[in-house]
Amino acid sequence: MDEIAPEYDVVVLGTGLTECVLSGVLSVKGKKVLHIDRNDHYGAEAASLNIEALFKKYGNYPEGTEPWKKYGRVNDWNIDLVPKLLMSNGELTNILVSTDVTRYLEFKQIAGSYVQQGNGTRATVAKVPSDASEALRSPLMGLFEKRRAKKFLEWVGAFKDEDPATHNGMNLNTCTMKEVYDKFGLEATTRDFIGHSMALYTTDDYIGTKGMAKDAVERIRLYVNSMARYGKSPYIYPLYGLGELPQGFARLSAIYGGTYMLNTNVDEVLYEGGKAVGIKATMKERGEEGEGMKFETKAGKILADPSYFPGKVQVVGHLLKAICILNHPIDKTDNSDSLQLILPQSQIGRKHDIYIAMVSWAHNVAPKGYYIAIVSTIAERDSNHHLELQPGLDRLGKIEETFMGPPIPLYEPLESGVNDNIYISKSYDATSHFETTTDDVKDIYRRAEGQELVVEGLREGQNLVAEE
Amino acid sequence: MAARPPQQGGRPGARFAQFKLVLLGESAVGKSSLVLRFVKDQFDDYRESTIGAAFLTQTIALDESTTVKFEIWDTAGQERYKSLAPMYYRNANCAVVVYDITQASSLDKAKAWVKELQRQANENIIIALAGNKLDLVTEQPDKRAVQTSDAEAYAQEAGLLFFETSAKTAENVKELFTAIAKKLPIEQASQRGMRAGTRQGVQLGGRSEAPGTQTGAGACNC
Ligand SMILES: Cc1cc2nc3c(=O)[nH]c(=O)nc-3n(C[C@H](O)[C@H](O)[C@H](O)COP(=O)(O)OP(=O)(O)OC[C@H]3O[C@@H](n4cnc5c(N)ncnc54)[C@H](O)[C@@H]3O)c2cc1C
Ligand SMILES: Nc1nc2c(ncn2[C@@H]2O[C@H](COP(=O)(O)OP(=O)(O)OP(=O)(O)O)[C@@H](O)[C@H]2O)c(=O)[nH]1
Ligand SMILES: [Mg+2]
Repeated sequence: MDEIAPEYDVVVLGTGLTECVLSGVLSVKGKKVLHIDRNDHYGAEAASLNIEALFKKYGNYPEGTEPWKKYGRVNDWNIDLVPKLLMSNGELTNILVSTDVTRYLEFKQIAGSYVQQGNGTRATVAKVPSDASEALRSPLMGLFEKRRAKKFLEWVGAFKDEDPATHNGMNLNTCTMKEVYDKFGLEATTRDFIGHSMALYTTDDYIGTKGMAKDAVERIRLYVNSMARYGKSPYIYPLYGLGELPQGFARLSAIYGGTYMLNTNVDEVLYEGGKAVGIKATMKERGEEGEGMKFETKAGKILADPSYFPGKVQVVGHLLKAICILNHPIDKTDNSDSLQLILPQSQIGRKHDIYIAMVSWAHNVAPKGYYIAIVSTIAERDSNHHLELQPGLDRLGKIEETFMGPPIPLYEPLESGVNDNIYISKSYDATSHFETTTDDVKDIYRRAEGQELVVEGLREGQNLVAEE
Repeated sequence: MAARPPQQGGRPGARFAQFKLVLLGESAVGKSSLVLRFVKDQFDDYRESTIGAAFLTQTIALDESTTVKFEIWDTAGQERYKSLAPMYYRNANCAVVVYDITQASSLDKAKAWVKELQRQANENIIIALAGNKLDLVTEQPDKRAVQTSDAEAYAQEAGLLFFETSAKTAENVKELFTAIAKKLPIEQASQRGMRAGTRQGVQLGGRSEAPGTQTGAGACNC
């Protein structure tokens, strides 16, 4: 086997999406990158697993049995661990296009975006109206409210930050979203679906915070523009599952010279004067005899997911998640083969929304006839977590299998990395899309490289060897 | 494109299909050189270990009405530390597993790759074994470390196409890819392609904006 180089500009630990995007971008920009994962697969927490691996991860079956056998070929399953979708006009889509990683992937629309109003048996499930004309047809609102909502959405669509004439007399940088809603006279239930199923806030904290109106309007615009792009929903999804995304960026990195090592454990981080300067590591395949391959290399800097530095991160919350296998679509969703369904917190007596993200055989993540629905929320209590997810689970109807572990801690780095030369990413949060992931990518890039990440035209002036 | 169904097009009666081909084998056996010869009819004596060559395409006309387009994926070096992603194998219709006939150990490595392919890849994948650097033994027969008959026997047993090739002199390179093309299910693929249309997914290139609704997220200060 080839020798590991004695020095790399950047050593990246963990092959989650955040790390792989950074690795790809840094390699394209000419940095010498060594990318390591202790697992035998790409994706870390953003991987997609086959159904046997999923059963084994959760251990939710009697020993000696092989429950996955009744679900067809195990490799026909690609089950995401992170319940997220791509906004079709979002920043991850932008990065995928400008790095050309799209050529390794194929995307499909998510068939529908829904929101629940009310709770229990009386609940209404309806399409999220995405423009003024849909608002007029929506069962979520009464006649007069529809007109007000139409006015509001028209205003949002026409809003231009640089053109005060479109601001309707408000200064979004200083006012609250409550003032905006009040101005349009919107009812509480309308504020609920706008804030939670379009602006995609998971709590109501945004409503009363001064200056958040701007953010809210931008989020609604992102939703509306993403919706306008392909029509059925604002979301797209890669065939074969989200695990393809980190793999695509890893390939980008490798094409530009990045070195990849799975099955590699970091034994020691080497420090000089408090700053990380290198690593000692061992590459050893599962079941491999002997010591494995030990090596040491210098690192200009280290980028890592939180699992590699448990002492340098803090827990900022806990995510609850149940992965459910269904053999039917979800009731009241027009037989959609895929969807997002949001249960806003106020409708179900909680502080945080419950999200349902469903994909299916239509996305090559399950055998024909099967659906994978992930129900998730932020934990609000210390025990009985399955009860917290219950309103979401109730929406699913008959469930073939449920995979639910203990609450998943969400980590954030304690420091920026400037002091110790170790730049740590955040856990994948509870939002339903990757916008916060790309925010984290940009933030890490800024911290580590001391400049803004420019994604547009990343490949300009670069020459793929394939196109020499 | 990982998941693109083989495509159909062109004149009526013409058969056209596109297939994904992956390359595997030990470092320096000549994988990239074989592709370079096949696609550009070039050879480079001092080729560096692969960086790049992510994605090349080459079309062969099998006869007047039958065209096969190969979409060729090189490993981009990810196999070096056994870190190839499943994406690489996904939907591969054919594979060329290369060894160097002057290095006996490279055939062992090739056999391991064949096993891996049979475990991981499409059931119907067509695998060709290529014993490369044939020119070296033509000049100096004592350099040969793998006997043709041994490799041939193994290929037959494992159900592989087999050629000894030289990327340097071009010997058997075209023949190798043509033999693969002939074994591919062109009829099926072009019919499938017709039914499925060109791509099942959405086209991402170029961000569209609804008129007058420039989104905030696109206009980040990056
Ligand atoms: C990206 C990643 C890669 C990993 N790779 C390997 C590996 O290659 N080999 C291996 O043996 N183990 C690895 N681990 C640890 C592994 O996730 C689990 O500890 C172990 O495999 C049991 O898995 P689980 O699914 O049962 O539990 P999990 O749901 O993963 O969690 C098990 C426990 O570990 C805690 N935990 C999870 N992540 C962290 C973290 N970042 N910091 C501190 N505590 C944490 C959780 O709170 C929980 O109590 C990895 C963890 C992560 C996050
Ligand atoms: N004499 C001779 N040399 C060859 C032949 N094919 C490749 N080489 C040489 O072998 C070396 C390695 O070739 P590559 O094509 O880079 O090998 P590779 O398998 O792609 O290697 P990696 O990218 O490292 O996996 C180069 O110096 C080539 O010039 C051949 O048919 N004959
Ligand atoms: Mg090569």
